[in-house]
Amino acid sequence: MATTATHPGSRPGQRYVPPAPLGGRGPLSARMRRRLTILVFLIPAVTILGAFVFWPMISALLLSFTNANGFRVPEFIGLENYLAVFTDEQVLRSMGNTVLYAALFTPTVVVVALLLALALNHPRLPLRGMFRTFLFIPFIVSLAVAAFAWQYLLDPQIGLVNYWLRGLGVQIGNVFQDPALAMPAVALIAVWKTFPFYMIVFLAGLQDIPPSLYEAARMDGAGAWGRFRHITVPLLGNTTGFVVVIATIAALQAFDQIYVLTGGGPYRSTQTVVMQIYQSGFKDLDLGFAAALSYVLLVATLILGLVQFWISSRRAEAAV
Amino acid sequence: MSAVTAAPLRRRLAPAALFAVVLVATLVTLLPIAIVVFTAFKPVAEVNAFPPTLVPDAWTLDNFGRIFRDLPFARLIVNSFVFAGGVTLLSLTFDALAAYVLARMDFRGSRILLFALIGSLMIPFQATLIPVYQLVADLGWINSYAGLIAPRAADAFGIFFLRQFFLSLPRDLDSAARVDGASELRIFRSIVLPNAIPALVTLGVYNFVNNWNDLLWPLVMTTDPAMGTITSGLTALTGPGGIIPFGVMMAGSLIALLPLAILFLFLQRRFVASVATSGLK
Repeated sequence: MATTATHPGSRPGQRYVPPAPLGGRGPLSARMRRRLTILVFLIPAVTILGAFVFWPMISALLLSFTNANGFRVPEFIGLENYLAVFTDEQVLRSMGNTVLYAALFTPTVVVVALLLALALNHPRLPLRGMFRTFLFIPFIVSLAVAAFAWQYLLDPQIGLVNYWLRGLGVQIGNVFQDPALAMPAVALIAVWKTFPFYMIVFLAGLQDIPPSLYEAARMDGAGAWGRFRHITVPLLGNTTGFVVVIATIAALQAFDQIYVLTGGGPYRSTQTVVMQIYQSGFKDLDLGFAAALSYVLLVATLILGLVQFWISSRRAEAAV
Repeated sequence: MSAVTAAPLRRRLAPAALFAVVLVATLVTLLPIAIVVFTAFKPVAEVNAFPPTLVPDAWTLDNFGRIFRDLPFARLIVNSFVFAGGVTLLSLTFDALAAYVLARMDFRGSRILLFALIGSLMIPFQATLIPVYQLVADLGWINSYAGLIAPRAADAFGIFFLRQFFLSLPRDLDSAARVDGASELRIFRSIVLPNAIPALVTLGVYNFVNNWNDLLWPLVMTTDPAMGTITSGLTALTGPGGIIPFGVMMAGSLIALLPLAILFLFLQRRFVASVATSGLK
């Protein structure tokens, strides 16, 4: 260690004080100070996460074995709630609806996002930057506001899109009151709102592909399709898998636009699992049952999360 | 002969076709935004007119007047800023403090803590909503800013994200300061934080947008219409059945959009980065 007075960092006129020997004033006090720092830095985050994430995970599990309703003293009722979750026709229907929603939402959003990312990544597309900015805009719009806008556009009497479609000879009527069309409609609104997110993830994946590969393929005489088929498709495989999983996880949590537009109707055709949790927990006050259904959602998400983790580690390996 | 000319022609036509397709996609994407912006300024008669219009024939501010009369809208705006801004500021602070310890100070249990954090990234907040609500209710925090903000004042994703960023910062700077006897708080405040501003802004944007736009959380944590946010408050105007005042709703939606649109204008790259980084999740 330098002991000259011109130690970097010391202000002029200030006498240089050599650093304390390793361990601070005394070995014990330095260690104590270090421990204290760790404690003080961690306490806020650990308290918040402990109280509002980790403890609720345990208490939701405990709650799911009771008949709690917010008023009476909860009694232990064993697996009754879980039995109800897997036998109640309405709940099974909400699970089926959620799967249907995911089946409509995930493939559509992945294809739309991928195609637009490919287009935006095309070196000969004019005004690329402008398009990227405009196509990103739905990302900042809430699903609730997106739902309002589409509700007006698709209004059976005064909706602009309905009016235009009628001009083309297509009659779609009141989509949000039509049991066959309500679910595709709420899924498409989510596609509109969330595709920019997945598009940016795809763009990042595309930009990770080294341009030299395309150059080499061009030298070898590969056409545009050949380059896409043999370079883009295999190298984008992991990104695609990743996007499919996170889009499916998002689909399991469908709520906002459904709450705004259909309230789960018509005839429960858009009643999803999270809508059902909201209904059971906050309207019917059947807390134990809602907690059991929450745990089913949690386990489904965790399974998808593990798949995602597996894909991510493959991505990391591919990057190395 | 034709094969020779076809290739250059296709080379010239392809970008034009691509341009046309992307242009159509962009117009379809912007249509709902346009309908919000234009309808907000339409008189009631024109909002409900047939055939419908996109751009108003006559422009009016009536809808903006009505949204403030139909809902406690000024209060909702304040609530949205307090909630989204409060969550963002507190969680950035608490996340950064915890992330610093996890990135720079090895201690017994640090690996377990990190594993627990990564594990909890996969828990959707909807899954713990019931017990969190009960806890907030037991604390007497329903219909309060504390109830809206406290449960989100730290989040595992933010800690994990900032830890990864802090790890990527060169250690030379802070070890030099440490040898000079600077306290950890000092190193954190004057060396690590200033170098982490891009990451902090990215995470801040991510948190602000998510909370500003969230519906389920304010819906559950507040029952008093004056304690909701713009997003949750506006849903009171609609619902299945009933006449929907579209003009008023669009005026409210436009106000809901405006702060994020302004933020986006200035921090576009941070928004894009926030998407790319949440890919880490």
